Amino acid sequence: MSFDPVLLSRIQFAWVIGWHILLPAFTVGAASFIAVVEGLSLKTGREVYARVSTFWTKIFAIAFGMGVVTGIIMPFQFGTNWSRFTSAGANVLSPLFAYEGLTAFFLEAAFLGVLLFGRKLVPPWAHFVAALMVALGTLFSSFWILSANSWMQTPAGYEIVNGQFFPANWIEVIFNPSFPYRLAHTVIAFFTTTGFVVLGVGAYLIRRDRAPAESRTMLSMALWMLTVLVPVQIVVGDLHGLNTREHQPAKLAAIEARWETASRVPLTLFAIPDDKAEQNRYAIEIPYLGSLILTHDLDGQVKGLKDFPADRRPPVAIPFFAFRVMVGCAGLMLMLVAVGGWLRWRERLYDTPLFLRLCQYGLPLGFIAVIAGWFVTEVGRQPWTIYGLLRTTASVSPSLTTSDVTLSLLGYMAVYLLIYPWGLVLMLRLVRKGPMEVADSDAAIAAGRPAAPVLAPAIATVKGDAR
Amino acid sequence: MTPVLDLVPIWTLILGLAVFFYVLLDGFDLGVGMLYGLAPEAHARNTIMNSIAPIWDGNETWLLLGGIGLMAAFPVAFAVIIPAVYFPILVMLLALVFRGLAFEFRFRDAENRTFWDHAFCYGSGIATFAQGTVLGAFIQGFPVVDGQFGGTSFAFLTPFSVLTGIALMFGYGLLGAGWLILKTEGEVQAAARRHGRVCLVGVGVAIGIVSIWTPMISPSVAARWFTWPNMLFFAPVPALTALVAHAAWRALGSRAEATPFLAAIGLFLLSYLGIAISLYPMIVPYQLTLWDAASSPRTQAFLLVGTLFLLPVILTYSGWSYWVFRGKVRSDAGYN
Ligand code: HDD
Ligand code: HEM
Ligand code: HEM
Repeated sequence: MSFDPVLLSRIQFAWVIGWHILLPAFTVGAASFIAVVEGLSLKTGREVYARVSTFWTKIFAIAFGMGVVTGIIMPFQFGTNWSRFTSAGANVLSPLFAYEGLTAFFLEAAFLGVLLFGRKLVPPWAHFVAALMVALGTLFSSFWILSANSWMQTPAGYEIVNGQFFPANWIEVIFNPSFPYRLAHTVIAFFTTTGFVVLGVGAYLIRRDRAPAESRTMLSMALWMLTVLVPVQIVVGDLHGLNTREHQPAKLAAIEARWETASRVPLTLFAIPDDKAEQNRYAIEIPYLGSLILTHDLDGQVKGLKDFPADRRPPVAIPFFAFRVMVGCAGLMLMLVAVGGWLRWRERLYDTPLFLRLCQYGLPLGFIAVIAGWFVTEVGRQPWTIYGLLRTTASVSPSLTTSDVTLSLLGYMAVYLLIYPWGLVLMLRLVRKGPMEVADSDAAIAAGRPAAPVLAPAIATVKGDAR
Repeated sequence: MTPVLDLVPIWTLILGLAVFFYVLLDGFDLGVGMLYGLAPEAHARNTIMNSIAPIWDGNETWLLLGGIGLMAAFPVAFAVIIPAVYFPILVMLLALVFRGLAFEFRFRDAENRTFWDHAFCYGSGIATFAQGTVLGAFIQGFPVVDGQFGGTSFAFLTPFSVLTGIALMFGYGLLGAGWLILKTEGEVQAAARRHGRVCLVGVGVAIGIVSIWTPMISPSVAARWFTWPNMLFFAPVPALTALVAHAAWRALGSRAEATPFLAAIGLFLLSYLGIAISLYPMIVPYQLTLWDAASSPRTQAFLLVGTLFLLPVILTYSGWSYWVFRGKVRSDAGYN
């Protein structure tokens, strides 16, 4: 492995998208959470919900702003570094990206202002509708982007002419074989991620004894949601794995670090995979369990990497370990949720310091699982950008030299390492203030976004300068 | 399904409009960003920032729509042009990150306001310069080998592209000044009039040099303009440009509030037209025509359905935002 333009471009792509995805991972869930809280506020008219919603809307605004600026960088990557991938795949892929841009832009631009500007200026139902539409917008974004990504994993509905992919059937393109699983698994992942953020912040505020009613509402709501979603996510993840076994068997073999094809395979808990020697070192295994989990059958056969020529195998170590990190996170999540449920039943949910502390430590679990999961998916797809059809080495822009990409990668690194910690500090500052002190009034230029036009007359009246 | 309709002209129009909207809209707010650096005191700065705070985000989205639109409708052009301007694109994106975050972080992060002031102003300037060099590199043309860019990543950097970079800074500055004259009053407006005149001189000089230089580096452009009867058809473009520039100069010195901005828009429209006349029907100049670079009819048709529905909605909505946001801004409340 040498630092050629291909490897550097891959690192660069992983770098920019890895940071970008952290923001949708939070904002997609947060938008829906805010919509739900708004709904409750509308229905019950209780102040608590309004304050919880305002508090999270402020944090959402910062994350969303960062999501947009880092998102704009993404589509240009396809041109700057992956131009041959673009010429080959754009006929199929680009409308999916374009629809992401168009629909999401439309929904978010039109309603974000109303949501951010605050509830005092519009009727409560309008505020609720705005929250709902923003949530929908983020879900549309996810739909199209994940459709595009899934098509790269499991291409369908295309024809190839002169090395270029052309659409043959749009329905098959959009709803390609891995898309339903990826969409479900990722969206649940985003909701889960947000759930643990809310849970952690709620626990922090309870421990500091800030805003008792609000922080309890947060903790309780997040816990209910996670109680449902975490188990569901594990089931969906299992189904996703079955789908991967069917369509990308080499990826599955890498995830399991399985070299020989066999039935009644064990489950490898830990090992150091050795690509050169084509075997595992220091393996710790549980007999039969591998077949049972991967095929839902004790005698099920699992393909090994040796069935694939060496130049058609993904690297093994990264998918193998990243997968274990993701599943490990799922395990920790499940434990937290179970303990929480038990404490709730004993009516000690809000006053068990150890549990509250654990919730706080659990805050980043979702983010870690998301990043790990994407490393499984993307590295497991190697050495292809369009699975089985277009190699990664044949995707990169031909004009790039090692020093070109080194320079750009360093640029992206420097900037992201500056803005992310900074943004985090600003969000933490809001958290520390708590929902009682984060007022609704300072929203106007938050995120540099407008009050939506519908609001302007109302604002003018409030300010007393009728036009 | 073989569509009988050739969608390339429609997409040319849509993309042409999207790019022009981007240049115009983000153009004036990048220009405002640069002029921001020239306003020394906090009061004026707040006014200037407030004059674009509610709309910059929507403006910048046209960059995205232009970029993805190019990829979707003319993927071959996207695959040649974007790697050819690898570094200007990188610099532009990073500058836009700082500039975009400045709106929010400046407001949330009082201790570091000076840093974000600089991020806003330099971010705007650097992004503009980078866009200008992209334009210059585009007009110069790119070597194409096997449908891919065949040059090196620093080939974009020539005296010509540096010139267009600086020219665009003056151009956006002029648009920004026009916007500020429209949206502000008093001191801030007076300063915008002064800055506007400096920018106008820069723009005039730049248009002159580029108009002479381009036909010199490209025989096909020279043939387009300087053969009979084209010379007659296209003569109104330079004539009108001179006229509009003159009107802009007078408006900047008078009490007119809307004319400077309108005249600046006129100058951009005419320059844009000039470039289109020079290069049509090439989308990768001197190498690939719009039809060479177009995506498949099925791709264009699929995207057109949604675009024809969503684009008018987006346009109406943006127009409405501007309408509601009309009138002067102030520093205290601004749009608050
Ligand atoms: C909160 C986040 C989270 C959690 C708890 C899990 N996952 Fe996951 N997983 C993701 C978040 C995620 C993800 C980031 O969203 C990925 C990356 C791409 C994708 O489709 O989803 C992913 C990918 C992914 C893949 C790769 C599919 C492919 O690329 O073909 C498999 C096989 C699983 N997951 C399976 C599981 C199992 C069996 C889990 C539980 C025991 C699990 N995931 C928990
Ligand atoms: C629509 C969504 C996505 C698309 C279209 C996409 C596309 C790509 C492309 C073109 C590459 C470069 C070629 C390669 O090395 O495979 C790549 C690599 C990569 N992407 Fe994705 N990606 C998407 C989502 C993600 C997400 C959300 C992550 C999250 C972390 C991610 C992580 C990576 C990583 C780690 C690599 C490097 C793979 C390697 O080095 O082996 N991708 N992806
Ligand atoms: C190659 C991959 C990707 C590209 C090209 C991309 C592109 C973009 C762009 C251009 C924006 C800004 C849009 C705006 O103006 O609002 C954005 C924001 C966003 N992206 Fe991505 N993105 C990618 C990966 C992902 C993935 C994998 C997801 C989710 C599954 C995602 C979800 C979002 C969401 C929800 C937003 C809205 C802002 C936010 O919530 O932070 N993106 N993305």
